[in-house]
Amino acid sequence: MKSRCTFLLGGLILATMPLALAQTGGLRLPRTVEAGSAFSIQSSGSGPAFLYIVGPGQVLRRKVQLGEPTFFAPGDLHNAGRYLAVLVGGSSTENGAFDVTAAHQPMVLSFLAKPSRIPVDVHDGISGVVYVFDAFQNLVLVPTQVSFELTSVTGAEQMRTALTRNGVAWTTMNSAVQEGVAKFKARVGDATSTRVIQQVPGNPCHLRMSARASGQRLAVETEPVRDCSGNALPDGTIVTFTETYSEGESTVDVPLKRGVARADMPAYSGAKVSVATGVFSGNEIRLGTKR
Amino acid sequence: MTKPLFIIMCSLFTTIVALGSDHPAVRLAPTESVGPRPLEKQTETAVTRDYLQAWRSLSDALDQNRADLLDPDFIGTAKAKLANTIREQANLGIHTRYRDRAHDLHLVFYSPEGLSIQLVDTVEYDMEVLDRDKVLATQHVRARYVAVLTPTEVRWKVRIFQAEPQ
Repeated sequence: MKSRCTFLLGGLILATMPLALAQTGGLRLPRTVEAGSAFSIQSSGSGPAFLYIVGPGQVLRRKVQLGEPTFFAPGDLHNAGRYLAVLVGGSSTENGAFDVTAAHQPMVLSFLAKPSRIPVDVHDGISGVVYVFDAFQNLVLVPTQVSFELTSVTGAEQMRTALTRNGVAWTTMNSAVQEGVAKFKARVGDATSTRVIQQVPGNPCHLRMSARASGQRLAVETEPVRDCSGNALPDGTIVTFTETYSEGESTVDVPLKRGVARADMPAYSGAKVSVATGVFSGNEIRLGTKR
Repeated sequence: MTKPLFIIMCSLFTTIVALGSDHPAVRLAPTESVGPRPLEKQTETAVTRDYLQAWRSLSDALDQNRADLLDPDFIGTAKAKLANTIREQANLGIHTRYRDRAHDLHLVFYSPEGLSIQLVDTVEYDMEVLDRDKVLATQHVRARYVAVLTPTEVRWKVRIFQAEPQ
């Protein structure tokens, strides 16, 4: 057991020795390189060798002449991350690490705006999240100012600015009082991205009906149904008329057409007629007509 | 005299073997201040689990030069870039071994609509570059990774995976 431990420990120490030596070799690396920019790596010695640049984001190989600089053209190494440079010449290898950072110029915005459809007049109801990338799809990690702008159909604007943190910025906006399409734009320098938000009427706030008896029939009709901001509820919204009389109850569901709902019901003497849409109830009418 | 030395050496060996085990040490910073969306414990657990699994997939995929091993854990840009690296490695006849040893995780952003979560990981890993079976280089790396994960049908997948200088 003792000799086995000694052997394994010795083996481990021996295994780490070439690495220690290699790191003191003649590879001169840049500490950081901006993604997509030109750079060079200097080696020492003489003779041919291969230089590998290896990272999770990219792998390159160059045939090099030891003692001469190896040049990398713009765009050769464009993915940000940590890279290992490995110089393999004959039986010897050297290596060292360096970083590639995102380019400073933001070029692409990944802009997520939610929701795509929202009732009017909702405070902080719209959210926008922006991830900022350079031209090579690297996340730009230096703090960058992002401008958010929400323009509604009336031309009313809301503006916010936010500084990215770890490449992301976010904001919230209020939906407008008036229904219609709004354009939600994010901008960083010349890079912009726009999303469309549909602002729809909110819950009904005004529901009144009138009833007109004609023989054994009763015609009921609502006034234009609106939300609390005065926006007409969209056609197709279901309105329910309920007539309660001594023998029972009749219910009619009808969609709004041009903002109003109409229905014909049997007329019962002393019946009570009510109207509702969703969870919102309107007025009630008590019939006095004889059947 | 030799007995204490023997014990010390064996203890050292045990420590080295423990450090070399397949399971990295994981530390997760408190997540109370993560926002703007409140982070549920279940989400925190799932994101951490899926991110660590992504490291295992990355390690296997880059070691075996098999891009398909990325499918369960990566998506979008991160997957495309790693798959491209695997193609380049295969063309050059090399492969790489990434063995993550320790993760210090900070969940830093959970988007308001819940569709992305960002974490910063100060990770320590051993990296080996191999030409077939010959080890060309070995390096212990300590790096700061920024990752963005997005939810899919059954798990969180890594969409952005990028190291930055410490």
